[in-house]
Amino acid sequence: MSDAHAEHLESSTGLDNRKMAIWTFIGSECLFFASLISTYLVYKGKSKIGPLPHETSQCMLHGQMQQCDHIFEIPLVTAGTAVLLFSSFFVVLALYGAQRGNRRMLIGWLSATVLCGLFFVGMQAYEFTHFVHKGLGFTTNLFGSTFFTLTGFHGGHVTMGVIWLSTVLVLAIRGKLPPEKALNLELAALYWHFVDVVWIVIFPVVYLMK
Amino acid sequence: MATTALDHAPAHAHEQSGLWSWITTVDHKRIGILYGATAFLFFLLGGIEALIIRLQLGAPDQKLVSPETYNQLFTMHGTTMIFLGVMPLSAMFFNFMIPLLIGARDVAFPRLNAMSYWVFLFGGLILNLSWLFGAAPNAGWFGYANLTEKQFSPGHNVDVWVVGLQVLGVASLAAAVNFTVTIINMRCKGMRMMRMPMFVWMSFFTQILLLLAFPVITVALIFLMFDRAFGTNFYYPPNGGDPILWQHLFWIFGHPEVYILILPAFGIISEVLPVFSRKPLFGYAAMVFSGAFIAFLGFGVWSHHMFSTGMGPFADAFFSLTTMLIAVPTGVKIFNWIGTIWGGQLQFRTPMLFAIGFIAMFIIGGLSGVMHSSPPADLQQTDTYFVVAHFHYVLFGGSIFALTAGAYYWFPKMFGKLLDEGLGKLHFWLMLIGFNLTFAPMHILGLNGMPRRVYTYPADLNFGFWNLIETVGAFVLGLSQLVFLYNIWRTARRSEAAPADPWNGATLEWSIPSPPQEFNFPELPVVDGRDALWEQKRKAGGPLPEPKHVSGAGIHMPNPSYWPVVAALGVAVTLSGFIVGFPYVNIAGAAVLFLGVFKWAFEPAG
Repeated sequence: MSDAHAEHLESSTGLDNRKMAIWTFIGSECLFFASLISTYLVYKGKSKIGPLPHETSQCMLHGQMQQCDHIFEIPLVTAGTAVLLFSSFFVVLALYGAQRGNRRMLIGWLSATVLCGLFFVGMQAYEFTHFVHKGLGFTTNLFGSTFFTLTGFHGGHVTMGVIWLSTVLVLAIRGKLPPEKALNLELAALYWHFVDVVWIVIFPVVYLMK
Repeated sequence: MATTALDHAPAHAHEQSGLWSWITTVDHKRIGILYGATAFLFFLLGGIEALIIRLQLGAPDQKLVSPETYNQLFTMHGTTMIFLGVMPLSAMFFNFMIPLLIGARDVAFPRLNAMSYWVFLFGGLILNLSWLFGAAPNAGWFGYANLTEKQFSPGHNVDVWVVGLQVLGVASLAAAVNFTVTIINMRCKGMRMMRMPMFVWMSFFTQILLLLAFPVITVALIFLMFDRAFGTNFYYPPNGGDPILWQHLFWIFGHPEVYILILPAFGIISEVLPVFSRKPLFGYAAMVFSGAFIAFLGFGVWSHHMFSTGMGPFADAFFSLTTMLIAVPTGVKIFNWIGTIWGGQLQFRTPMLFAIGFIAMFIIGGLSGVMHSSPPADLQQTDTYFVVAHFHYVLFGGSIFALTAGAYYWFPKMFGKLLDEGLGKLHFWLMLIGFNLTFAPMHILGLNGMPRRVYTYPADLNFGFWNLIETVGAFVLGLSQLVFLYNIWRTARRSEAAPADPWNGATLEWSIPSPPQEFNFPELPVVDGRDALWEQKRKAGGPLPEPKHVSGAGIHMPNPSYWPVVAALGVAVTLSGFIVGFPYVNIAGAAVLFLGVFKWAFEPAG
């Protein structure tokens, strides 16, 4: 996680190489999610069969066509969204602790962040299985294909973030994250904030926009 | 880490030979050579594919290859030349030259750099190993939906193409992050942005384009992969999917990709012309900003590849105008190159010949490009050989001429020996003549209606004569590459060492021995103007003394590592699971990838 040049040489801008790399990567990721979100919007309302997100429709369930209710569970996802947003706040507190050498703050808030991330991933896993039971699979219709791809890739990013933050948490517990190495947490935190920001776009576009 | 340089082994401890040292190397110069050698082999392979295509088309009603093989040949020719030829040949110069040009000891992330190379190699191997199974990609280099759907392409050909491009995309993105950070953050003292050599500027814009364009094709390919592997509906019309979505996503990537292929070439030309005209580059700032403008506009012209899909008058007019507009900054560049030569003391050495050839050929290709910007004209030319003529004039007449100029120009710095001038000039004239014989007649054939991607044509269409000329031209082109290979072989056998500064160069790479020592600069240079080395020579009142080899003791360089290779293998295997053995191969690959990344992250960098 450390690179020789970052620590031994002054950079031209004064910004750490690794931090700039994360920002650069985030710039690239913006286009990744922009493409996924655009596709979701382009195909919105183009499904030829249900289930649909906000309206009742004809769908195939248990081997026969029937009337299906709208599929989204807004309260559940709102809870997940809130938890993910709070985790961004928690990781800031953890970073504050890391920079001040406050181990209790660091480990406490970082654990809270990881737990929030796990809650969100769990929420999504529940949501996905719930949808499948209600007759919406990956290949059922355009809505299914675009929805699972978009939110699935976001969930994959959250999972990566949880793994990254957990790794940093293990370092912190072992006492290998002194204040001068707080950057190791800051990098993961930057990525974590980005993943949250993407969700702030996905949540209204996918769940709230009718 | 609070260690001082003296705690470490001296840098020359890393300088070993042998296969293992190349596999574990993190030295940007060695990685550059690996990129160059690998890409040149792929380039020759793509050339052989082209020669078979030309043999098949040399006369009407030929039956040298079957239509199915022909589809594989033109698909792999395009895919190879773009992703395994021109892009990694540019990457060779990014790797070898950028740190030298900005006065740095290495790139920002040496191990990430090694990983980029290995991922690229594995991607190229995935694409080309498919020949052995008779399942090479066969749906065109742009893989238009819904020809690529399982329904119409049931074999593994398209899977190989999807996975190959995804793997190569990982390599490009990792390298783009690395070089963006390197250029912004690793410049030596005094190397302000507006003092950077033009090649560094153009490379910088290329990295930005890579960063922003590759995610889009990644998503387009993911959709295709899901359609094929799981039966999703992205490009499947019966369930509402729209094949035009593929075209939009592909060309939002594809047009910036065109500039990814040509901007490094612009940079090389902007280094070569001043040195062999004995004049600074004309209009430095205009060159920088026109490059930025091209990169920006490059994202606003994609639909000119899609006029024939019937987008309606508004979209046609918009993309027609932006396409015409992008000719303006390109014209600015051409005038600046001519302004650089104007009134200079021209020295017609081999790099200069290729650079001038580039300007002439690129203008022809640029002009036929402006012709395509008009939708009515484009509708006549779409899918004919006129388009093939156009993009070979910009990609071969443009990129390959410039890359060859760069190869002759920087060969002495990379290998410590000068390529033979006589053979170089022979190479140039054969290439120029062969190139024009091959591609100029395609304008005529295209306007006469000869379609692209069709494996033969009947005699009564009278396409035979020009096709025969083209085939002869293609073999002259092939011969020119043999001359180049012979030149390299002969130069390698001769022992005269090149001086550090054989061309009286303007930039920092010529201030150190050829080839450079592992640490590049014994002391990091300090720069106080553009054309830093010319400035130093002017202050010294004449040529500088030949730089000596010095001991690297005390200079800290990163340790070699094999984890980048492991991680790269993980990337390749994870994605290969979509060709063979989903999901077990994917899971195994992901395990290797995680192992590589974790070991890498916790390995001391040196």
